Amino acid sequence: MADNKFAAYICSGCGLGDKLDIKTLEKIAQKEGKMQVVKSHPFLCNAEGVQMINDDIANEAVTHVCIAACSRRAKTEAFHFPTVAMSRANLREGVIWIVAEGEAHDEVRQEMANDYVRMGCAELKKMKLPAGNPDTAHSKRILVVGGGMSGLTAAFEAAEAGYETVLVEKQSQLGGWAAKLWRRAPFKAPHAEPQDTGLTVLAAKVSSHPLIKVHLNSSLAETAGAPGRFIVKIAQESGAITEETVGAIVQATGFTGYDITKLPELGGGQANVVDQAGLEALAIAANGGAIKRADGKEVKSAVFVQCAGQRGSGGNGSGRHLDYCSGHCCATSIKQAMYFKDQNPDIDTVVMYSDLRVPGMGEDFYRSAQEKGVIFTKAKVTAVSGGDACKVEFKDLILDEDTSVDADLVVLATGQVPSAGVELDAWTQLTAEADGGSDEAKQKIVVMNKTSVLNLTYRQGPDLPQLKQGFADSHFICFPYETRRTGIYAAGPVRRPMDMLQATEDATGAALKAIQAVENASLGRAAHPRSGDLSYPLVRLEGCTQCKRCTVECPFGAIDEDERRFPVFNEQRCRRCGTCMGACPVRVISFENYSVDTVGSQIKAVDMPDEFSERPRILILACENDAYPALDMAGLSRTVYSAFVRIIPVRCLGSVNTIWITDALNSGFDGVMMMGCKKGDDYCQGLGTRPLPHEQDRRHADPARPGTGARRHAGSRHHRQPARGHADQ
Amino acid sequence: MSNANVQANLSNLARYQNNFLKEVEANVEEGHMVKMCMQCGVCAGSCPFGPDWEHSPQKIFMMIRAGKRDEVLGSDSMFMCTSCYNCIVRCPRQLPITHIMHGLANYAHRIGMAPKGQPTRQFATLFWNNLVKKGRVNELTLTLGHYFTNGLVSGIKTALGMQSIGLGLFMAKRLNPMEIFGGHGVKDLKGFHAIVAKAKEIEDRKKGFTA
Amino acid sequence: MAKKEYAFYPGCSSQLKASASNYLVSTNAMCKALDVKLTEIPDWNCCGASVGYCEGGELPRIAINARNFAQAETHLPGQDIVATCAACWLGARESKERLDGSAQLMKETNEALAAAGLHYSGGANVRHMVEVLIEDFGYDGLKQPMKKSLEGIKFAGYVGCQTNRPFGIVGESFENPLYLDKMVETFGGEALTAYDQKVTCCGGALAFSEPEKSQKQIRDIVESAYDAGAEMIVTPCPLCQANVEVYQSEINKKQGTKFNMPVLYYSQLMTIAYGGSAKDAGLNGQLIRAEKLEKIAGK
Repeated sequence: MADNKFAAYICSGCGLGDKLDIKTLEKIAQKEGKMQVVKSHPFLCNAEGVQMINDDIANEAVTHVCIAACSRRAKTEAFHFPTVAMSRANLREGVIWIVAEGEAHDEVRQEMANDYVRMGCAELKKMKLPAGNPDTAHSKRILVVGGGMSGLTAAFEAAEAGYETVLVEKQSQLGGWAAKLWRRAPFKAPHAEPQDTGLTVLAAKVSSHPLIKVHLNSSLAETAGAPGRFIVKIAQESGAITEETVGAIVQATGFTGYDITKLPELGGGQANVVDQAGLEALAIAANGGAIKRADGKEVKSAVFVQCAGQRGSGGNGSGRHLDYCSGHCCATSIKQAMYFKDQNPDIDTVVMYSDLRVPGMGEDFYRSAQEKGVIFTKAKVTAVSGGDACKVEFKDLILDEDTSVDADLVVLATGQVPSAGVELDAWTQLTAEADGGSDEAKQKIVVMNKTSVLNLTYRQGPDLPQLKQGFADSHFICFPYETRRTGIYAAGPVRRPMDMLQATEDATGAALKAIQAVENASLGRAAHPRSGDLSYPLVRLEGCTQCKRCTVECPFGAIDEDERRFPVFNEQRCRRCGTCMGACPVRVISFENYSVDTVGSQIKAVDMPDEFSERPRILILACENDAYPALDMAGLSRTVYSAFVRIIPVRCLGSVNTIWITDALNSGFDGVMMMGCKKGDDYCQGLGTRPLPHEQDRRHADPARPGTGARRHAGSRHHRQPARGHADQ
Repeated sequence: MSNANVQANLSNLARYQNNFLKEVEANVEEGHMVKMCMQCGVCAGSCPFGPDWEHSPQKIFMMIRAGKRDEVLGSDSMFMCTSCYNCIVRCPRQLPITHIMHGLANYAHRIGMAPKGQPTRQFATLFWNNLVKKGRVNELTLTLGHYFTNGLVSGIKTALGMQSIGLGLFMAKRLNPMEIFGGHGVKDLKGFHAIVAKAKEIEDRKKGFTA
Repeated sequence: MAKKEYAFYPGCSSQLKASASNYLVSTNAMCKALDVKLTEIPDWNCCGASVGYCEGGELPRIAINARNFAQAETHLPGQDIVATCAACWLGARESKERLDGSAQLMKETNEALAAAGLHYSGGANVRHMVEVLIEDFGYDGLKQPMKKSLEGIKFAGYVGCQTNRPFGIVGESFENPLYLDKMVETFGGEALTAYDQKVTCCGGALAFSEPEKSQKQIRDIVESAYDAGAEMIVTPCPLCQANVEVYQSEINKKQGTKFNMPVLYYSQLMTIAYGGSAKDAGLNGQLIRAEKLEKIAGK
């Protein structure tokens, strides 16, 4: 510690110098913050200002830098000093842009700035420059699980980018679902005709690629390790095991069709009622000629029933099947109706839909089918009878009448069921029961594990966590391909329902994610969302009580347990969210630059006004992923909020240790507000907030009330009323 | 099997098949666009006489696709079109709905399936005949002709009812009673008539209408 | 400014002693002020109007419009065809576009024209008078001959259907065209941009065959003008003008309203602004007198 030299740099640009007394701030940094070097600059982020800091680092041996200027999210390129520890006091977005204009507010504005300088200095005192993890992992090979269109694409793209790839396919040939198709919906202009799947060409490219190793008739018997050092056991049908070391995994295990026999109300299981895969088989058999039914009769009329057993009660069928839309089926039925029309325009084809959903360029494809004479009717199908002349009874929703048509063949557009392996909530429950000694549970686990795709040896279960409806994903809009297992990326219909074009785009994206993961792992850096972060959780095992809270709560399955139930950290799997730190009741987990102390000392550094001065103090712990950016945006738009709040960014509300709340209330804060996502919200890494003690005290702040800022996130704000004191004014 | 059953079976066969659609495509102005309707219903909501139609354009298009020939061609819905073109400019699929409505009305009228005594059908016929007569429209004879469509007594009643308007227009020099004896017209009437006759002959031949 | 010349297609309703004769009178006065020469297409015939579809069918309707094109092409080569009537413009332009789009239709049309020894070779440019004013003169250009301001009069700009759809004035929206309001403002009048029935259909030809349904439309159009605070309605379409003006007394009689809203053509406003007399502007042709406008004319 003797070698540490602390410096604070205060910017007076961007109006800071006009609104704040910089001299006072300098004095505070020096006297209270105990900074050995304190300097101000009229334009700190320009070349001259940055040079001043760099000179001090080089010539004055400064090791710790506090920048009192703008938000930590601004000017990150200018304020990039990789060789020193750094804190940022947010005087611009956090003070002068959000405190009301005018002299009447000068005092509270200055108080706020003073506190942020105190807090920045206090934080800095407790920080260390992350040294980086010496235990780096160096495999840059990529494992792709599944040899369908998504898997083939991911393997090919990764290999083309120069990464050695291992592809595992369960079947004896490559192709997956795509191999069952006669043609695919178009992905090229003019988007008017069914196209060749392109599978043969792609499979040949993959098979002959020098960087791709293909394992057919194979599955994963075990996956152990972490990004950069996964060890996978690949089991052949014969039972032979091959071991491979890989750095990242793309899971592209696709889907199966919903079982048509579960749809008796739509004729499922009867003769001449097929699903879309069934029609593809007939088309492949026809090989461009007239499509014949199973009984050999040429099909002269076909009815397509959309949303069969999909979209709950909004689709066709009893409503007790799949609740979601599989996205591809409308275009698929359009394509299949064209199989008939292209072969013989006199064949009658009727597509019965409730909403024709053809995203992307699908609208052109739809139009093309209309031009070919495919009849589309908005209908609710009430019954289908199979047999020689299938009768489809339906309500025409435009003409508002019950009617029926006869057809030689009825095609049910059933949905995609993801092949995502074991559902972890059920697995966790069984594991608990098995731990309690239940032999039945133990048996069930054995059966369940047979359905696993990855067979991870993780403490938290053998497969990827499923988000909704059994799909393996973390958030399909905000974080595509990301899963809650670092270094393992989901691509294609295993992640969400999709068509082949989306699946191939997905596969490309997931391949790039996998490449990022192996590169980051090899440098000991964090992956998304703290990409490049060199800090990682440090644990003082001698203080650990083996309570398992960290291993249970880690949202990313990064922590295993050894035989004595001590936590075993796998840094490469860690996202640096700090949930383990927040969970630890004995506070033995920390990061070099983020710890119970770095935040606790900030809380204690705030100057508390006299109890009767009518200047309450509210502490806001704001998630750096959503709430803090929202507060910055409030600043950018000059939204005024209360000058009585003091905001500390946290890596995730999960990292909030209850000691901070106690500290805050003890040091005189009147209230504490947690700003981030609600428990159960899944928009950030599928994480959500860990339930904290005093959960019963939670009540929502009034989003319309000024003085709390970040209204964009008002709906997901938490408000916690402390044991004493009062809520913010 | 009884005759009625055969009939029912036949109409069942034609349902949701392309027969009537093909007839419309062959014989109705812009009829080839009917199949392109995507059933959004914007036309139905955009029509000024919307509440007065039995079937909106959206429904008419679906009925054609469902093979409801008698119901469509016997409907007076198409005659409710005021030619305001709202549906055309709003149709997301760019169907020329106004023209299709005109075309359907024309087709139903020419093959004798349009409802008898439908006032717009009558007025439109009167209008065309009036303009063909002289090459230009004679507003007075057109108006009087319209009022007397339903017979002498009702005509006199209507004309008397509208007298104040006629008188007003006369006073404002915008209606000329002398028009009844002739009025405006093209000079080359013979040539004009020859053009109309020839055009009609070509169209009738193409669509298989009997004159 | 060089004299501009156009082949003029006045249409049936604009003829002497026809329902829109005041439109023609005021158009002539307006064009004189703008130094525009309108030459009638020799021996022009009716466009067939929209309602002609039922008996007329497709080809006869197109053929009679092509007869006008052929006449213009022969006698007034190189001149744009300009119509004042919305229906004439629409019928003619629709025919022109169909002919442009189909060689087969062109062939059949010329087969029909040949019966009268005529031929149309294509390339007619069919425009509405409002297009000419806005595109060839511009609002600033239109202001130049202005002598009097229409200040103090509140106008509801009723655009109606067929000058607005399906072709319309380039750059204007179908749902809220602003050109009429801009013209009113150009001449110093107050344009009530909040007038919410500016593109409502007046019933068109169905004013005759479906009077009750049409009068419901007309009532909305007039009532909304009153609601917006209008003193006059201004329109570019002769059928709109006739329907909205003529049926007010009928609606008053049947429904007990007290409508007495003058309905003017833009050309009448412009004639007065250009210093013309009430007679030049055809104000004597109004069923409902536009007294405030007459007053300005008399100044």
